[in-house]
Amino acid sequence: MKVILDSGQVERILVGLANQIVSETPVELDIAVIGIRSRGEILAQRLSSRLSHQLGKDVPYGTLDITLYRDDLNSPQGTTQPEVRTTEIGFDIDDKIIILVDDVLYTGRSTRAAMDALIDLGRPKAIKLAVLVNRIGREFPIQADYAGYKTDVTPGKLVQVNLVESDGKDEVVIE
Amino acid sequence: MALRRKSKQFRWHRKHLLGVRELSAEEITYILDTAEGFEQVSTRSVKKAPPLRGKVVVNLFFEDSTRTRNSFVLAASRLSADIIEFTKKTSSVSKGETLLDTAKNLEAMGIDIVVIRHSAGGAPKFLSRSVNACVVNAGDGFCEHPTQGLLDVYTIRKIKGTLEGLKIAIVGDIAHSRVARSDMWAMTKLGAEVIFVGPPTLMPAQISRLPVSVSYSLDEVIEKVDVINMLRIQFERLGGNPFPSIREYSHYFGLTIERMKRAKPDILVMHPGPINRGLEIESEVADGEHSVILEQVKNGLAVRMAVLFLVNQAAAQKR
Repeated sequence: MKVILDSGQVERILVGLANQIVSETPVELDIAVIGIRSRGEILAQRLSSRLSHQLGKDVPYGTLDITLYRDDLNSPQGTTQPEVRTTEIGFDIDDKIIILVDDVLYTGRSTRAAMDALIDLGRPKAIKLAVLVNRIGREFPIQADYAGYKTDVTPGKLVQVNLVESDGKDEVVIE
Repeated sequence: MALRRKSKQFRWHRKHLLGVRELSAEEITYILDTAEGFEQVSTRSVKKAPPLRGKVVVNLFFEDSTRTRNSFVLAASRLSADIIEFTKKTSSVSKGETLLDTAKNLEAMGIDIVVIRHSAGGAPKFLSRSVNACVVNAGDGFCEHPTQGLLDVYTIRKIKGTLEGLKIAIVGDIAHSRVARSDMWAMTKLGAEVIFVGPPTLMPAQISRLPVSVSYSLDEVIEKVDVINMLRIQFERLGGNPFPSIREYSHYFGLTIERMKRAKPDILVMHPGPINRGLEIESEVADGEHSVILEQVKNGLAVRMAVLFLVNQAAAQKR
C-alpha cells in the first residue's frame, strides 16, 4: 500500500477544482453539484459548500446511485454484487449546469452510467465532470472537465480514496 | 446525509422468491434496503430504469388478482423488462394443459422470470424445480404471499423506523390467509410480536406451533398494539359456517371508529386489500388518519421491483 495523496494534498486539489469551476462558469447560470455514490457524494458535498461560499449563492448538491445503469448487471464476471441504494437529489436538474463528481476516473464506465441516470431525471443545460484522481485506462470516450491529481498507475491496481466522513481520514492510496 | 453501511460479506444468492419463511432476517432487511433505492424511480420524470432490459417476465396467474398482478406488471415495466400476461381464463389451461406444460412452453419462448399465483400451496416451489427461469411466488394456496409480507414490513419500517419490539395484531380470517402467514414470518423475524385475532373457527390448525400468540377478542388487544392489519373474510374459500352472521362478525371483529378511540394515538391501520367496507373495517377508519392502506400499495411497487431485480441478479451470477 502506497499513499499517493495525503490530507493536505486532497484539500489543495479540492480548492483548485472549486477555483477552476468558478472561473469557467458564467455567473448568470444555475449550477448544482451531484456526486456518484459513495465517495463522490462526500466530495460533492464539500465542493458545493466551497462553491456556495465563493459564488455567494446557494449551490445545491445531490447524490446519484448508478447501480441500475451499470453495464455489467447481467454479466457473470462481475465480482462484486451490485447494491442498489437511494438517489437523493432534492432539486430540479433542468437547465442547470451539473457538476458531476466522482472520486476516481478510470475506465469511464461509471461516468457513462451516471450520465444515463441523470438524463432520466431531467435535461440539464450541461454536464461537467470533476474528479479527484484521474488515472489512465479509459475504455470509453470520456474525459474529465475538472481533473485533480493525474496518475499513470497501471491498470488492474486499486486506487482507493479515503475520506474523513467515511474512512476517518483524507488520503489516496494505491493497493 | 449519512452513509449507511451494509454488511460487506452479505451476498444475495436466491434466484427464486418462494416464501418469507425460508428467508433470514438479514435477507429480508437486504430486500427492504434495496427497495428504498427503487422508490424514486416512480417519482421522477422518466419512470423507468434499464436493469432488466431484454428480459422477459411472465405473469402466470391461476387466481384472480388486480393489485398484485398490476403491481408486478408495473414493476417489471419500470425495470424495462417485457411482460407476458397469462390468465387462466384466456389460456390453454382451460383446455386441460398442466401447470408444468404451460410453464415449459412459456420457457421455450425464452422467459427469464415467472411470477406465479396458484390455488395449490407449493406450486411455485414445484415450478422452481422444473424450470430454469427465476420463480417469484405471488400467492400460493394458504401458504405464502411473500411480496405482500415484505411490503407490509417495508411500510411499517418506513414509518416506525424499526419492527423491533412492536406489537402487531393481524385480525380476521387467519385460516385462509397466506398474507397472515407471510406477515407473521416477516414481522417476527424482524423482531416484532404478532398476535392473531379472530374467532376460533377462523384460526389455522396447529396454531400453537407458530411463533404467535392468539386472542379471540379484538377489544382485548386494541389498546396494546402499534400496528393492526385487518384481513378480508375470504368468502370464496369459506367452508361451513365459521360465524353466525356477517353482522355478528363485524360487531366483534370489525375495526370501527368506536374501537379506534381506544387504540394508541400512533397506531398504523393496514389492510392488504381488497377491502370490504363496513365489514372488517369501517370506511371512516379505512380512509382515516391512521390508515396506510394506499401507502402499502405504493410501497408494494418498490418492493416488487427490488425482488425482480435481485432474483435476476442471482441468476446472472449463476450463469
